[in-house]
Amino acid sequence: MSSSAPYVPLPRWVDVGVLPAINLCMALIASGLIVLLVGENPLEAVRWLLIGAFGYEEALGYTLYYTTNFIFTGLAVAVAFHAGLFNIGGEGQAYIGGLGVGLAFLAFDSILPGWLLVPIGIVAAGLFGAGWAFIPAWLQAYRGSHIVITTIMFNFIASALMVYLLVNVLIMPGQMSPETRPFAEAALLPQMHEVLGWFGIETARSPLNLSLVLALLASVGVWAFLWRTPWGYELRAAGQNPRAAVYAGIRTRRLIVTTMCISGMLAGLVAVNEIMGVQHRLILNFTAGTGFAGIAVALMGRNHPVGIILASFLFGVLYQGGAELAFELPRISREMTTAIQGLIILFSGALAYMMRGTLERAWRWLALRFGGVAVPAEGEDHG
Amino acid sequence: MGDAFLAVLQVGDATLRVATPLIFCAMAGLLSERSGVIDISLEGKLLASAFAAGCIAAITGSAWLALMAGIAVSVSLAAIHAFACVTHRGNQVVSAVAINFMVSGLTVVLGNAWFRQGGQTPSLDATARFMPITLPLADTIRPVPVLGPIYAELISGHNLLVYVALAAVPLTWWVVNRTRFGLRLRAVGENPHAVDTAGISVTLLRYRAILIGGALVGIGGTYLAIAQNAAFGREMSAGQGYIALAAMIFGKWRPWQAMGACLMFGFLDAVTIRLQGYDIPGIGEIPVQFIQALPYVLTVVLLAGFIGTAMAPKAIGVPYVKER
Repeated sequence: MSSSAPYVPLPRWVDVGVLPAINLCMALIASGLIVLLVGENPLEAVRWLLIGAFGYEEALGYTLYYTTNFIFTGLAVAVAFHAGLFNIGGEGQAYIGGLGVGLAFLAFDSILPGWLLVPIGIVAAGLFGAGWAFIPAWLQAYRGSHIVITTIMFNFIASALMVYLLVNVLIMPGQMSPETRPFAEAALLPQMHEVLGWFGIETARSPLNLSLVLALLASVGVWAFLWRTPWGYELRAAGQNPRAAVYAGIRTRRLIVTTMCISGMLAGLVAVNEIMGVQHRLILNFTAGTGFAGIAVALMGRNHPVGIILASFLFGVLYQGGAELAFELPRISREMTTAIQGLIILFSGALAYMMRGTLERAWRWLALRFGGVAVPAEGEDHG
Repeated sequence: MGDAFLAVLQVGDATLRVATPLIFCAMAGLLSERSGVIDISLEGKLLASAFAAGCIAAITGSAWLALMAGIAVSVSLAAIHAFACVTHRGNQVVSAVAINFMVSGLTVVLGNAWFRQGGQTPSLDATARFMPITLPLADTIRPVPVLGPIYAELISGHNLLVYVALAAVPLTWWVVNRTRFGLRLRAVGENPHAVDTAGISVTLLRYRAILIGGALVGIGGTYLAIAQNAAFGREMSAGQGYIALAAMIFGKWRPWQAMGACLMFGFLDAVTIRLQGYDIPGIGEIPVQFIQALPYVLTVVLLAGFIGTAMAPKAIGVPYVKER
């Protein structure tokens, strides 16, 4: 991702643990300053955030429901990142994934049984998401158009397309608001409190559904794919050095297309959580910025599934707690979460290596002072 | 005939009004990208400067102070962008996405906290805005056939910032193509190593390009909040920064062509409203969403190389690492 090559070997735990933690802290301190600026107490804000995310029975369910979305979009961005591609189109791919679910259910939910409908819905979400990513991918691979620009354009095109379809074509007849008819009960994903109820565990009602399991499976799948298969190896090799990859016999064009399709498929699965799990009908703007949040999640999670799950949970807390926060402290609006996301992207992404030099100097000093360890000679100054 | 002619002029008039912020953003993006730095943060800067201008105009009642505030805020964001991706060689897309997110959230949070109007700023009196200017002799010439109405309806009667936008295009062209700074700017976007070898600072050049761009977007944002409208409204930039980016690419990174694309996209927007519910013979009613998506579709088609070729500056998106 970043061009800043490591200059001095820092121990791995400093690079993977301490540096991201410092970056996150800087983002949170900046967020605290904004809270101060609007005239509230940052500590009070954190308290309400945590109460909102964990403080009552169904809160954790809501937090995990948001987490599910972010895992899908975070993975989507990360897979593309590993191949050196920047997929900003997660939002549009998730939206079109919803179209896939909607069309499949409108066509089949009255004639097929539930055990067939659920897999069909999941496959449709993935396929449509992948399809929406395929066009920019193909254009990048074979026509040389910049994937960042085309995926941005495709977000807008998806949005216009969905408004058109929902307002003019898919709308439930005799209804004002642009949404489809509700889907058959059998086509919906079981809610988590029902599933836990089967095992005798009583939990509060929340939008959390079985999609969370799908998200965790997807995380394992992405990990295995990237680090345990030859395709994943080729993908990462092409991301590290496209030219070398070509010489190594990797067909980079095909790789770009497959990678983006996988990425789009993961983003499309957001529709499984939202449409099959919660909304039970196709509505406008159900993605609500989830696709974009995936960028922040992937950056924070360092593009690794474990990091992405952790970052997704943090964002789940932020979204669910943010609603409570806006309710309790009227000077802070719901959009505070968007601003915090921005700050996290800035400090964990764009400025990810800003503190590295300082950290290196601190580490060298500590090592000399206390460790007596031989520290590699300092290279040229690279300020 | 007279009515149809007047309707055409009115569409032209509306086109110009819609295209103005696009032109500012496209020129800004052009400067930044010709220097080798991708600028997806046009949208964020546009929204932030609109907010700043709306706030300051509401508080001070001065359009000029508002303009300065709009420019200042946009330039500050541009400075953050430059700091992240020129000084720290961070990813240019990531940095821009961060800016867009921060602005999208902060404008609502701060607007709500300060004015308590659901993210809006208070509406402004005419004195706190840039109001339409009637150019000299507009009313005298009006009766002259054809030329009179064109002058009075289309050319006269815009606010100052529209004319500034129109002036920004030849100015950008002149700076990029006819000055020493422009020559170096183009060189640094194509081959920064050569520029560095010649003893010219790549960093300084890119900083200047990004900051000047920031100032231009600032004027565009101010236009949105206190010239085209009478207050800031949440998310009022509504993707115009991205449309401008598309226009700049459509114009193949050249000022006049980019302005042409801005006018074309502005025209599409202006006719959308008129075409609503109107059956075109042989085609039927064109869905609004189709026309709204058209700029993006056209840009993708262009980028795919189906309408000529769009060649981006060679070094675009690549942070410059000085050889050691």
